[in-house]
Amino acid sequence: MTMNDVPKIITSRFDQGDAHTLDGYRRTHGYEGLAAALEKTPQQVADEVKAASLLGRGGAGFPAGIKWTLAPANVWPRYLVVNGDESEPGTYKDRMLLERDPHQLIEGVLIACYAVGCGQAFLYIRGEMAHAQERMAAALNEAYAAGFVGKNILGTDFSVDVVLHWGAGAYIVGEETALIESLEGNRGMPRLKPPFFPAAKGLYMQPTIVNNVETLSNLPWIIRNGVDEWNKLGAETSKGTRVFAVSGHVNNPGVFEVEFGVTTFRDIIFDPKFAGGIRGGKALKAFIPGGASAPWFYEEHLDLPLEKVAIDRAGSMLGSGAIVVMDEDTDMVKAALRLVRFFARESCGKCTPCREGTTWMEKIMQRILDGHGRPEDVALLMDTADNISVDFMWPPRMTTICPLGQSATTPIASAVMRFKDEFERYVGGPIELNVTVKGAAFIGPPTRKKEGSGV
Amino acid sequence: MSDTAAPTTVAITVNGVAVEAKPGELVIDACERNGVYIPRFCYHSRMRAVGMCRMCLVEIDGGRGPALQPSCMVSVSPDMKVFTESPVTKKAQDGILEFLLINHPLDCPVCDKGGECPLQDQTMAYGPGESRFVEEKRHFEKPIPISDLVYLDRERCILCDRCTRFAKEVAGDPLIHFQGRGNLTEVNTFPDDPFSSYFSGNTVQICPVGALTAKPYRFKARPWDLEEVESTSVVDSVGSRISVQSSRDRVLRFVGVDSDPVNWGWLTDKERFSFEALDHEGRLGGPLMRGNALGKLDAKGDQLVRATWAQALGAAASALTEAGPSRVGVLGGARLTNEAAYAWAKLTKGVLGTDNVDAQLADGLPADVVLGLPRATIDEACTPGGVIVLLGPDPKEELGALYLRLRHAVIEDRATLIELTPRSTGLSKFAAHRLHPRPGEVGELATALVADVAPTRAIAGVEPAAIAAATAALRSGKPVTVILGRTSLAEGTDAIVEAALTLRDGFPGVKFLSALRRGNVHGALDMGLSPGLLPGRTTLAASRAAFVDAWPNVPTATGLDATGILEAAASGRITTLVLLGADPLRDFPDAALAKKALETVEMLIAVDLFVTDSGRLADVVLAAAASSSEVDGSFTNLEGRVTAVRQKVTPPGTARADWMIAAELATRLGGDLGLESVEQIRAELAALSRIHEPLATGAFGDRDGVLITGGSVTVAPRERAVVPKSDAYSYRLIATRSMYDLGTVLQHSSSSAHLAPGTAVLLHPLDFDQLGVEAGARVKVSAAKASLHTIVHPDAGVPRGSAAMLFNQPDADVGGLLDARAAAIDVRVERV
Repeated sequence: MTMNDVPKIITSRFDQGDAHTLDGYRRTHGYEGLAAALEKTPQQVADEVKAASLLGRGGAGFPAGIKWTLAPANVWPRYLVVNGDESEPGTYKDRMLLERDPHQLIEGVLIACYAVGCGQAFLYIRGEMAHAQERMAAALNEAYAAGFVGKNILGTDFSVDVVLHWGAGAYIVGEETALIESLEGNRGMPRLKPPFFPAAKGLYMQPTIVNNVETLSNLPWIIRNGVDEWNKLGAETSKGTRVFAVSGHVNNPGVFEVEFGVTTFRDIIFDPKFAGGIRGGKALKAFIPGGASAPWFYEEHLDLPLEKVAIDRAGSMLGSGAIVVMDEDTDMVKAALRLVRFFARESCGKCTPCREGTTWMEKIMQRILDGHGRPEDVALLMDTADNISVDFMWPPRMTTICPLGQSATTPIASAVMRFKDEFERYVGGPIELNVTVKGAAFIGPPTRKKEGSGV
Repeated sequence: MSDTAAPTTVAITVNGVAVEAKPGELVIDACERNGVYIPRFCYHSRMRAVGMCRMCLVEIDGGRGPALQPSCMVSVSPDMKVFTESPVTKKAQDGILEFLLINHPLDCPVCDKGGECPLQDQTMAYGPGESRFVEEKRHFEKPIPISDLVYLDRERCILCDRCTRFAKEVAGDPLIHFQGRGNLTEVNTFPDDPFSSYFSGNTVQICPVGALTAKPYRFKARPWDLEEVESTSVVDSVGSRISVQSSRDRVLRFVGVDSDPVNWGWLTDKERFSFEALDHEGRLGGPLMRGNALGKLDAKGDQLVRATWAQALGAAASALTEAGPSRVGVLGGARLTNEAAYAWAKLTKGVLGTDNVDAQLADGLPADVVLGLPRATIDEACTPGGVIVLLGPDPKEELGALYLRLRHAVIEDRATLIELTPRSTGLSKFAAHRLHPRPGEVGELATALVADVAPTRAIAGVEPAAIAAATAALRSGKPVTVILGRTSLAEGTDAIVEAALTLRDGFPGVKFLSALRRGNVHGALDMGLSPGLLPGRTTLAASRAAFVDAWPNVPTATGLDATGILEAAASGRITTLVLLGADPLRDFPDAALAKKALETVEMLIAVDLFVTDSGRLADVVLAAAASSSEVDGSFTNLEGRVTAVRQKVTPPGTARADWMIAAELATRLGGDLGLESVEQIRAELAALSRIHEPLATGAFGDRDGVLITGGSVTVAPRERAVVPKSDAYSYRLIATRSMYDLGTVLQHSSSSAHLAPGTAVLLHPLDFDQLGVEAGARVKVSAAKASLHTIVHPDAGVPRGSAAMLFNQPDADVGGLLDARAAAIDVRVERV
């Protein structure tokens, strides 16, 4: 397959101006997947999705079909919760899906509800996404009026109510247990698993399936075209396509749907069909492959395929599908501070290491940037990170209920390990580290080939 | 089938040592029970674990390799390996401690918690000597009052969620909450909504740092200067266990002690801060007698002036002798320890020879009902899955520590609560069945509840469907406990007693937990301070012969109860009245009768800690030592559980223990009680009352005390209660108490004295139209005997046709409307 015939599954309607309306959506096979699903038994639909090995697109990459089977049998009611609280820096794929193709999500929700046996679905959309909220609400109203949502859908005895809920601006609510707390009307703070695995004890202590917007948006296509068609796409372990949001120092930032495992980072960053290369023709310094909490990648990782296993092996993750590109002019200390500050401000305040540790790290980094840094501050920074994530490593060891606190340590590890010299310039002296970070992507700068070595 | 039975222990290893845990036990508890203490801040064994502070992180290997996990959130599993001292565990815990300290002010030298602070202790034991945090710490305005009794210093707070969890989960008053996010998260109240919980003081006790401090204790002492003894709270009849802590012979605070069968460590603010009354400036340091403005003794004087014990006891003794047994009455005794109550019972019944003795003030229930029904413990009442019938006062207002236990039983242990109260209570929102009969008609309702055929019409104002549903719950086969007490002071006891007996006969196996509220009233009844009773839960009729040797003048006939004594005093048949810690003007539910009686008697003798409103009319006031921490003795709670009361400080001036006053008076009356020490009293009591043997052996001295069971009192058969007629223009009055009122101890506790909320008349919202007034209007409330002016407010918790008011409040004399002999009281409510 060449780069020119990129398959489009869920972004196929992005260029269709009226795709967000019911008429526009139905013109391009809208709600055909639902109709096809309702011809089958719920078990058949569930089996099909399981066979499709649709990996969750929220960040953890857990197969959706398996997730659905985790709800204990014969416990009713059970709920479907759609996680539309996309708030990680550089991540905006779900927002585009919500704004440009809301009916596709609704159809996916209905298929999932049918397969899992939910009579009620909750659509949780990030509070700041006003346009997405308007589009979603309008689409839902249309779908209700047309009989796609509500009682006796398409004349069958299958009924689902979809509840829209706007978030109040907390990043951590993207974590599924915090999202459930927030839906229940409490402060958005994560619950400890165990015992609160949502599939067993979720919303209102009932079995709850939490799926990402992108994950569910794939369902209409899978049902409409069949699992065999789907499984032709993608790599051995990651089937289908994936939507990436590329941002940073590129010529053409945006949301791109690519086939799993076929496209490489070099393609998506440099190909004119996608991000179109670094702006101003500058050189690449580093890029974040999968959201703010992912260890950074460098030049030497560019030829990795966009595929879960390969990237995991290289020491990072695809995560939320946000690729942030930094060119050669980037101040990496500043870049790391931006990420740490994000996590410090978004800490919910529940667990001590995250609440206190992230803020402390932000303060140390700010001091370094302000020119008040001492050489030993970088070691202190690393030791603080080591206390948030004991035995500093990737994937990080948890000292908290959710991974937010640990996430703040990865940009520090990446920046300090690779760009120690930049820190040394700020603190005005050589840095001695007493913490070693374990992780394939936490690597120092490449050693220059010696001249005349004959290689 | 022993091989399928659930295992009773789980084998785990802690730091390589094999230990046995209980199934389902949390790792943190299993380790502590086996001598390995895991540090913690947020975990509290009486509240749900939240795993927030992360201090208790330890490496746990459940079979898949060691991983850091909060030991307060993980239950033991077979072959689990716990590492509390591994390098990874230590690294994690040290890191947490450093994180907690970076923003915590180092003002330990001026912090109330310093010296008993878990954070300080942890830091001393494991913390780094120096801080690596060079930035400015977090700042908040400090401290801020979050209620009348509690201050909050948000800079010291480590956000452990203990206080907020307590407020929400235990007390049910979610008035403090986390606000803000991340590092700027703070605990605070909602704007304009103070943390006005009856239980707010517990948050101060469980705060692991000095973020919450109590106004009455702030800056009063350093913990290392405090000495403590474990004692029992005498403020109400729950008998919560407390630690009495003093410095330089002054009690500076009461701290709740976790007694598993009783209060679980929690106290009401009323109990906790009642220590303030002990050294109130109004405390009596010696006896007083009538005198003139120059301070000279004068029997006709209009003041109370200082006298010597010889003068006061002499005057009292000669008045008692002159009056003779039939013209003497003694009211009160609930303030006394068991030992003092025995001494006073012996003085009155054995020496004076009068049976006109009543520890209750017509605000409780007949003694035979309290002692004669099958009794339940608090634990039995709170049996998981059991049925609780509330036929008594609002526990939240009158017996706070019991309220917390009942609330827990209903919410956490799925007990079913059935309310048979005249209006809604603090437990109503958890009640499965809310039956609110018209005052005076609960006997009829109980008859309908036990009937085989469901009623077809409303009974006592309760719909038949509600009665049928409650009957079904009562017949579910689960253990039934009735919380039995006085539902309202504006209704007689006949209907309540009838209801209790009907339930007893209708549901075999039902047990009763007494909800008489006042201090050691159950001890006083056990010691015979009630007409017709003798010590040991026995009657004059049954046991007179056995007592006659030890008590030479033991009466032959049953005497008068409180109402009878006051009526006799008002008509001149009783001429000498002893108030044994009683304040009838405030507490007797017929203020007019009490006033007439006190003004009519020739000799009024008050034995008290303070000059009460009634004491102001006294001829002789004898200064007593407080039972809560100035005397040794014992206390009997509403279950019949006897626990120790311990002396920690000396009484003011020459005030002395009540039993000594009784002994002195006996001598001057020409008798000799033969009682010289508390131990001797216990020995004599045990000789006369077999059920009280544990008092003589000292077996009651443990934290949980000893439950005294048995006794020979039976409930006397009664006529059917007369159902009072009501007319369509009147409202049935409901008079209840609130936690804070004009009670003697409260009014002498400077922090709590102003908390009495005052009263209004509350009507159901739908009754307003009929009345033609709007909420907040000023109205006149008239009963047969008196009327008063007050404000009217709507309250959906008051049934239609009833009118609810609070008794003993500063702004309205509800006691004046009451009549101790009436089955119910109707009032007119009119716009003025």
